[in-house]
Amino acid sequence: MFNTLTVKEAIKKLKAKEISHQELYTDLAKHIASTNEKLNIYLSVDKQVEQKAEKLLDAPLAGIPIAVKDNFLTRELPTTAASNVLIGFMSPYESTVTKKIVAAGAAIIGKTNMDAWAHGSSTETSDFGPTKNPRNPEHLPGGSSGGSAAAVAADVCIGAIGSETAGSVRQPSSWCGVVGLKPTYGRVSRYGVVAMASSTDSPGPIGKTVEDTAILFESMAGRDEKDATTPNKEVPQLSKEIANGVKGIHIGICYTDHPEIGKQQVSQQILEAGKLFEKHGAHVSLVPISEKVEKGKIFTPDFAIGVYTVVQRGEVSSNLARYDGIRYGNDRSFFGAEARRRMMLGTFTLSKGYSEQYYNNAQKVRNLYLQNFQELFEAYDLLISPTTPSYAEKLGASFGSPMYGELEDMLLEPTSISGLPGISVPCFRDEKTNLFLGMNIVASWWQEEKMIQAAHLYEMETPWNTWRNKI
Amino acid sequence: MEYMEKQDMNQYETIVGMEIHVELATSSKMFCSCKNDPFGAPKPNMYTCPVCLGLPGALPVPNKKAIEWTIKLGLALGCEIQLYSKFDRKHYFYPDLAKGYQISQYDLPFCRNGLITTELGDVRIHRVHLEEDTGKLQHAMVDGKKVTLVDFNRSSVPLVEIVTEPDIHSGEQAKLFLKKLHQIVRYLGVSSADMEKGSMRLEPNISVRKIGERELPKYKVEVKNINSFNFVKRAIDFETKRHIELLEAGQMPKQETRGYVEGTSSTVSQRSKEEAADYRYFPDPDIPPIRLTEAYVTEIKKTLPELPDSKIERFMKEYGLSSDEAVHITDEKTGADYFESCVSLAQGSFETQNITPTIIARNLINVHEEEMSPKKRIDALLAKAQEKNVDAGVITVAVTLVLGQQTKAIADYKHGKLSALMFLVGMVKKELKGKGDAGIIEQELKKRLS
Repeated sequence: MFNTLTVKEAIKKLKAKEISHQELYTDLAKHIASTNEKLNIYLSVDKQVEQKAEKLLDAPLAGIPIAVKDNFLTRELPTTAASNVLIGFMSPYESTVTKKIVAAGAAIIGKTNMDAWAHGSSTETSDFGPTKNPRNPEHLPGGSSGGSAAAVAADVCIGAIGSETAGSVRQPSSWCGVVGLKPTYGRVSRYGVVAMASSTDSPGPIGKTVEDTAILFESMAGRDEKDATTPNKEVPQLSKEIANGVKGIHIGICYTDHPEIGKQQVSQQILEAGKLFEKHGAHVSLVPISEKVEKGKIFTPDFAIGVYTVVQRGEVSSNLARYDGIRYGNDRSFFGAEARRRMMLGTFTLSKGYSEQYYNNAQKVRNLYLQNFQELFEAYDLLISPTTPSYAEKLGASFGSPMYGELEDMLLEPTSISGLPGISVPCFRDEKTNLFLGMNIVASWWQEEKMIQAAHLYEMETPWNTWRNKI
Repeated sequence: MEYMEKQDMNQYETIVGMEIHVELATSSKMFCSCKNDPFGAPKPNMYTCPVCLGLPGALPVPNKKAIEWTIKLGLALGCEIQLYSKFDRKHYFYPDLAKGYQISQYDLPFCRNGLITTELGDVRIHRVHLEEDTGKLQHAMVDGKKVTLVDFNRSSVPLVEIVTEPDIHSGEQAKLFLKKLHQIVRYLGVSSADMEKGSMRLEPNISVRKIGERELPKYKVEVKNINSFNFVKRAIDFETKRHIELLEAGQMPKQETRGYVEGTSSTVSQRSKEEAADYRYFPDPDIPPIRLTEAYVTEIKKTLPELPDSKIERFMKEYGLSSDEAVHITDEKTGADYFESCVSLAQGSFETQNITPTIIARNLINVHEEEMSPKKRIDALLAKAQEKNVDAGVITVAVTLVLGQQTKAIADYKHGKLSALMFLVGMVKKELKGKGDAGIIEQELKKRLS
């Protein structure tokens, strides 16, 4: 079954003509046909993808099939952001990311399900029904890039693209037992991505291995004239430096002393990871949690939920104002409950008399997080922590819990609101449930290569990656 | 009755602050590379793209030229330039507003605290900021149905908003102020400032208070749909009278937006504006804050042309023009430049021929032939001067002759009747059969009559 190939393997085999595009895409088509109804991963698939892929053999990505979250605008496939508002909308233009990956030789096989407008951490807010976790279909895949993470886990693509605002790449990657990379804010263009919270949205790759995410990252990243928030920084060649290890670098372990998180099994796994890195020559120490910003300590993630909720809801209410049904799509009565809730809250927090109390204060606390991380990265090269407090929840878990997503993402929100890059790698598999835990590795701004090196080492030295170690 | 009204009027003073929108004439729009030519567009929605249509995922990238020109305008208005600035989102719903918000500047405008002087008093500039224009609604019939169409050619055209302090106290002063502002904008070449095309829009905020009161009135009336300086004046005059009548009747004028009605020189209520609208401003996360350097501002300062006030002063000093002539000649920068080209062409003839900068200036004021090249004009003037070139002795004789005949006119002139002098000049010219320079004759007459 060629659909289980990794990005690296597929490129190699296609280039060496060991396999043909036809063989690869036939396997994928079969697999999609047999699973999509059950798992609800793809919202649309490109029936002509194989012919397109064949022409891309000479490009770096050789025509491998990549699944793309449905909030990236594509000219050849519909874009709905999993909302009824955009049903029937065909974008007249292409997002920078999809343009770039296609130029690098990726073939977009289909668009994946997500939380509507990326509002959520379950895919249950999708207007087209939830995606199920391929590892255990009674459970959620996480979100909002749940469809993309599930596509990778289910081997219905070779690699995938998601987008993260606060956890939307890493949390579903953690739950689906795959690798999710969230680049530094501004590293990857947001042009043509349906905006959620503009100040934190970051497109990122989801892959079967750390190396796969590194390869995809290289094809996505870089300055875009059309996105004023992408600075002109050289894109690191992550895949070339991937095996450099962690010798001599300083790693801090975070949040394992949090009163709630500390009790969880995942904290144990992070401490174990620390020992592994130490064995490979890193200087590893615990970064104590603190209720206030103090040197050498990490500011509690508890406040990040509030900051993120206020800032993000405000931006959401603004970004969704354009969907008035006048030029395209359906009118505002087609918005789902979660989007309405967020728009109303955001409108409230930006209102006169309240914006000082909410929005401005949230920005002040956001600055505290920034300041805290700036200080920490003077002492540490990397910070590691659990990606999520626990395993994937059961279907239906998000219902009746408007703050569900924020609680799931609380460990990622401090770094997201600070624009830091991070990567989630599987760090445990429960044999009984076949569900996974993830470790989040965070580097300083623009230093994705450091986290990739640690993540790769960890993946190679542990049994948790199911493509490197078949179950 | 008439007298009483005047009395009442005199107890009040008009307080006006102006908001002026000027569309910048950059070649591309404010946040995308679409052509900025809404008025010249052959078809609706021709100059549009995902950004100015507000499509999902589209992002704004600020136009550097527009920022530069805003700062240029700010400098010309004597403003302080903010080195740290940002763009904010201003939210409201209207079908011509593609994104549901307008990108504008809230608390950190590019320019603050400027000044324009007028003969009727200084007008302080509160702020100058940069924003984007909206699309335009068109009401039409399609297949027998009344419909409203939207044209986005104007969407995201760079728009500068100039806000004054409430320093204007009459319709006349507003007119003087606006003329001067218009002139400066035209001098800088940053906008056509054409009011017919809507590239300059004028909104006075009018209220009145009793003379001697210090506080601003508790209401103001904004008047829209005004497309000429005269109409601004009339709107202010009309409103002033209306407010005073209401106040005299013991009523407080309503805080509202009114529209100007050209036919009757009056205004009508459009919508009440009891409470300030809540635009839910917040910094646009798509556009990083803008940090300018002193060096950048200094560079822009260097590109500022000589502005009307200093040009007038220089023309009076350097070319000996009267203040009226200098004002006239410098009305448009192109006119002033034309004048100076003429002067430099005629430079060599000032000594020998009967031509002076004043003669050139008067010729420009009286003979409107914009197409005529400076060279052609000077040649024509020199030819005419040749003709007028009458020996000084002949003029003296003619003057003597006329003065001997026109005793009444002489008496009139001595009593301060200036037109009598012009009459005498005419008589001398008649004596000379149309020859001779009027200026020289006038000087000779004055000398003799003093």
